[in-house]
Amino acid sequence: MLPVVFRDAFLEGVRKIDELIEHASIEGDVAKIDASRLNHKEVNDLMRECVLKGAKKLILKNVCGQRYIGTRLHLPEGKKVEIEIYGTPGNDLGAFLDGHRIVLHGNAQDGVGNTMNDGEIVVEGRAGDVVAMAMRGGKIFIRDDVGYRTAIHMKQYMDKIPVLVVGGTSQDFLGEYMAGGMVILLGLTLEKLKHRAYYIGTGMHGGVIYLRGEVEKYQLGKEVGVVDMEEEDWKTLEKHVGEFSSYFGYDADEILAEKFMKLLPLTKRPYGRIYTY
Amino acid sequence: MKFKTHLLPEFIVKRDEDRCTRCKVCVKQCPFGVHSYDEENDRIISREELCVGCQRCVVYCPENALIVEPYPGGYRPNEYWTGEYIRDIKKQSESGGVILTSTGAQRRLKIYWDHILLNASQVTNPSIDPLREPMELRTFLGRKPDALEIEYEGEDVKIKTELYPNLLIETPILFAGMSYGAISYNAFKSLAMAAKEFGTLFNTGEGGLPREMREEFKDCTIVQCASGRFGVDPEYLNSAAAIEIKIGQGAKPGIGGHLPGEKVSADISATRMIPEGTDALSPAPHHDIYSIEDLSMLIYALKEATNYEKPVCVKIAAVHNVAAIASGIVRAGADIVAIDGFRGGTGATPKIMREHVGIPVELALAAVDQRLREERIRHKCSIIVGGGIRCAADVAKAVALGADAVYIGTAALIALGCTMCQRCHTGKCAWGICTQDPKLSKRLNPKVGAQRLVNLLRGWSLELKDVLGGMGINAIESLRGNRDHLRGVGLEEWELEVLGIKGAGE
Repeated sequence: MLPVVFRDAFLEGVRKIDELIEHASIEGDVAKIDASRLNHKEVNDLMRECVLKGAKKLILKNVCGQRYIGTRLHLPEGKKVEIEIYGTPGNDLGAFLDGHRIVLHGNAQDGVGNTMNDGEIVVEGRAGDVVAMAMRGGKIFIRDDVGYRTAIHMKQYMDKIPVLVVGGTSQDFLGEYMAGGMVILLGLTLEKLKHRAYYIGTGMHGGVIYLRGEVEKYQLGKEVGVVDMEEEDWKTLEKHVGEFSSYFGYDADEILAEKFMKLLPLTKRPYGRIYTY
Repeated sequence: MKFKTHLLPEFIVKRDEDRCTRCKVCVKQCPFGVHSYDEENDRIISREELCVGCQRCVVYCPENALIVEPYPGGYRPNEYWTGEYIRDIKKQSESGGVILTSTGAQRRLKIYWDHILLNASQVTNPSIDPLREPMELRTFLGRKPDALEIEYEGEDVKIKTELYPNLLIETPILFAGMSYGAISYNAFKSLAMAAKEFGTLFNTGEGGLPREMREEFKDCTIVQCASGRFGVDPEYLNSAAAIEIKIGQGAKPGIGGHLPGEKVSADISATRMIPEGTDALSPAPHHDIYSIEDLSMLIYALKEATNYEKPVCVKIAAVHNVAAIASGIVRAGADIVAIDGFRGGTGATPKIMREHVGIPVELALAAVDQRLREERIRHKCSIIVGGGIRCAADVAKAVALGADAVYIGTAALIALGCTMCQRCHTGKCAWGICTQDPKLSKRLNPKVGAQRLVNLLRGWSLELKDVLGGMGINAIESLRGNRDHLRGVGLEEWELEVLGIKGAGE
C-alpha cells in the first residue's frame, strides 16, 4: 500500500476569518487589505468579508500570486465594488467577475477575466495567456502585450457584448473559436506595426477583431476574412480606444491615425458541411 | 454531383390494408415523411427508404394496422463485410462526410455487466425482507473528512469536524447531463420535475439552465461547465446544488460538440447566451485546462464563484489510464468524479468516436476505485458512473464495483418514449425528445414525462432493495465497493483481476 500523500495545496493552512481580519482596515466605505503572507483563499475571504461589512472600494497592497481576485464577489444583492490592486495577482484575476471594476497597478498572469460576466478590468502592464477566455460581458483593458489563446471562445448575446482592448500585441491563437464580442489590438509595443501571432481567429464564427497595423494572410485562420473599415467601425474604435487612452495616458487621435484591419468570420457555421447522416 | 443512391432501405413498413381506415394518424405522426395519403386511390403510401424505425406510427395507429421491421433484404451474408460496413462505405462515397450518429456504442463487444453475477445469502447469513424491514438507499455525494471528531454536550452529540458540502439523494441514481438544445424543453423539464419529486438530481448538460427554472429546481440541479461555457455566469453557477466540469463524454471522448445553427432557436439562444442561428461549438479541450494543475485552477475558480457552498464534480470519459487520471482529478480538488463509459449516449457524435474510442465503464470503474483505495484517497471523492446503465442490476453491480451512484441518460430517455432509433442528430425526434421543433416537442407533456421517470426510479429502487435484502444487507453503503458480492462468468484471468472479483464457483 502506498503511503498517504495528499496535499490540498489550495486549502491547506487557510486561517479563519477572525484571524485574518487584522490584515484589513476599513475606513468609511474603503477597505485596505495587506495581502502579504495571505494565501489565495484568505485574500478572497477577506475581500468578501470587507464587502459584506459595507466596503464599496477595496485597496489590495502587496498582492503576490493570489488567484481569483474578485471571483468571490457574486453577492445576492448585486452590489458592485471597485478593487484596486498593487503587486502581481495570480491566475484567473476577475474570473467569473460579476460587474465589479478592477484596476491593477502592475502585470497580470494567466486567465484574466476568464468567463467574466460583467464589469471592467484595467491592467497597467501586461497579461499572460487565455485573457478574456469565454468572456461574455464587460470590458478589459490591457496596457501592454498579452500571451497565447487570447479571447478564445469569447461570446455575445443581445446587448451583452464583451470588449477587450490590448495596447500591445498578442501571441498565437488570438480569437480562436471566437463566437462574439470585440477584440482590439493596438500594437503599441511593436517597433514596426507587424503583429507576429499565427492562427488568428481559427474557428472564429462570431464577433470582430480590429488590428492596428498589419498581419499577413498566412497568419490568419482559414475561417476569417479581412474586410474594409467603415464609418461605423471608426466610431466604435474612437469610443474604446478613447477610453483606453484615457486610462493609460495615450493620445487616441495619434493611435487612430494608423491603418486598422478588420477581421470577420466568413461564416456563422464554419463546420456545417462535414457530416453525413 | 448527384448520385442515384446505392443504399438499401433500413426498414420495411407492412400495412394491413384490411385494418387501415385511412385515418392518416401515421401521416401526421411521422416527421420523416414516410407516409402520405394518395387521394386518387384512397390509400396510404409508405416510402420506406425514409423510415428510421422509431415505431411512432405503429404505437399510434388506432387499428394496429402497421408493422415496421428491419428490411429483410440485404447483401450476401458475410461475417467480415457486414451490411453495416457496406452501408457506411456507400454512404460516404455518396457524401464525402464524417458519419454522424447518436445514442451510444452498439457494436458487439463484451458487456461486462452480463458476465458478472450478484450474490445472495443462504443459511449462514440471513437474508432480509425489504417489505418488512427498512432498507437504506439514501446516498451522500461529495468529499468526506479523514476522520470525524465528535463532541458531547450533555445529551447532545455534535460533529466537531468541519464537513465538506455534500449532496443528498434518495436513491443512487441521477439523471445524466443532457442539454436543453440536445433535448427538447419538455424533456429537460420532465427530468427536472422527476428529480425534484423523487429526491435526486438532474444535470443540465452544457446548454445552460433556463431562467424560469432556476428558483424551482435549484436544489435538484447539477449545472455543467463545459468547454463551450454556454450560459455560464455566476447566477447560473449559484442556482444549483452542484457544479460539474465536463472534460469528456463516453460517446465521444476527446472531441467537442457542435450544436448546429439550425437548432439554436430564440429560446436556446437565450439559455446558452449566444446569437440565434450560430453553431454552438464546444471546443475539444477547455482552453484554460491543459494539465491537472489547470483543472485544479478551474475547480477552485468555481468554488470561489459559489463561495465554497457546492461540491464540484469532474466528468471524464472512460479511457486508457483512467485510474491515474481520476487520481489526479481528486488531488486537483474535485469532490465527485464522474466516469462515462464508452456505451454512453449523445445527441450527436461521429460514428467512429462512438464505436471505437473509450473503454467499458465496468473496467474503468473497478480500476479507479482500486487505485483510489490504494492511494488511500477514496473517501476524498464520490464516484458516479454512467454510460449504458440499463437496469437496476447494472446499478447494483456498479455500486458493488465501487460507485457511489450512477448516471442514467439513455434509460431515462427510453422512459420518456425514446425507441433508440438513433436519429437524435436530425432534430426530428418523433417522440418529442431530441428536437426543437415545437410541433414535435409538444408531443411530450412534462407532467406525464416526469411521472414515467419517477415510476422508473421507483421500480429500480424497489429492485435494488430486493437485491440488498437477498444479500443480507440493509444499506446501499454496505454494498459499495463490496466486490465479495460479485462473481464473474466467462471472463479471462486478466479481466477478473481488473474487476477485482473472483470467478463463479470460487
